[in-house]
Amino acid sequence: MTEPKAPEWPLWEVFIRGQHGASHRHVGSLHAPDAEMAIKHARDVYTRRKEGVSIWVVPTTAIAASNPDMKGPLYDPSDSKPYRHPTFFDIPKEIGTM
Amino acid sequence: MTTELFEYLLRLGDNSLVLGHRLSEWCGKSPILEEDIAISNTALDFIGQTQLWLGLAATVEGQGRSADDLAMLRDVWDFRNLLLVEQPNGNFGETIMRQYLFDAWHVLLLDGLTRSHHQEISAIAQKVVKEVRYHIERSRDLVIRLGDGTPVSHEKMQIALDRLWPYVGEMFDVDPVEHTLIEQGLIPDTSTLRAAFDAEVLKTFATATLTLPSSNFAHLGGKSGKRHSEHLGHLLTQMQWLQRAYPGATW
Repeated sequence: MTEPKAPEWPLWEVFIRGQHGASHRHVGSLHAPDAEMAIKHARDVYTRRKEGVSIWVVPTTAIAASNPDMKGPLYDPSDSKPYRHPTFFDIPKEIGTM
Repeated sequence: MTTELFEYLLRLGDNSLVLGHRLSEWCGKSPILEEDIAISNTALDFIGQTQLWLGLAATVEGQGRSADDLAMLRDVWDFRNLLLVEQPNGNFGETIMRQYLFDAWHVLLLDGLTRSHHQEISAIAQKVVKEVRYHIERSRDLVIRLGDGTPVSHEKMQIALDRLWPYVGEMFDVDPVEHTLIEQGLIPDTSTLRAAFDAEVLKTFATATLTLPSSNFAHLGGKSGKRHSEHLGHLLTQMQWLQRAYPGATW
């Protein structure tokens, strides 16, 4: 008895926010038929050890990525420009950590 | 009272143990990786609950037995789980239906147990009910998706419901053991939970386009230990063989 193979569920990228105030970070991806199930699966796959307080899922197809072949033109111009790091500026004590 | 309390704690512990073992049988074999992980998570929740309930049972008994002894060294006739949880996994839909029927009762029971006059029972129930609230979120959602899914999934879920419904009645059957504990304020009267259970499942099955079987006939004999189905013995041979073959083995 062979049933026709169902098409694979779409892929979702999972982002978890570790604690209040922190930003969501990419933790991995998974398959799910829709967003609601993707969040449930993300809960089971990625938050078993209290990793998060908030989950985002995004269809992988919705992500636009930079082209690896463009590495040179995109990133080389920032070589040897260390002054662009904010460590060159004195931050007043009252501001605290940035 | 101690005898009844021990008996009742075995019921709670054995439900978790047997259902947890059943779910663990899916590990590595689920229809899809994400469900495999989810179902194994649930299995682990149940094994954790078993340690709490059987641990308390062992303390109440006071005969020097441990939770492990109770889990691994009793035979079929000593088990006090509901007939529902020992039913074989069947197909994925049948496992999900069994889970949903159990969860819908379990969450109500635990909610009642949080108000137990017995301090440890109340403390365990408060911890466990958090897990179980998620279990029912998951199983209810899957029942709806599969019931109201394709014609094939719908048919499988209807068959599962028809097959498992006769095991629902045992969850609400109050026997002398429970009567004694209800009078002491230690446990809720499970028969009073039936209306809330019916409301929950009726709503879900309506959304899932599933038809409730018309008969409320109920198989009994699991939680009293008088008439387990043939399936429990097979489950125990799998679950207990290591301790039986190598008594006292640890790692």
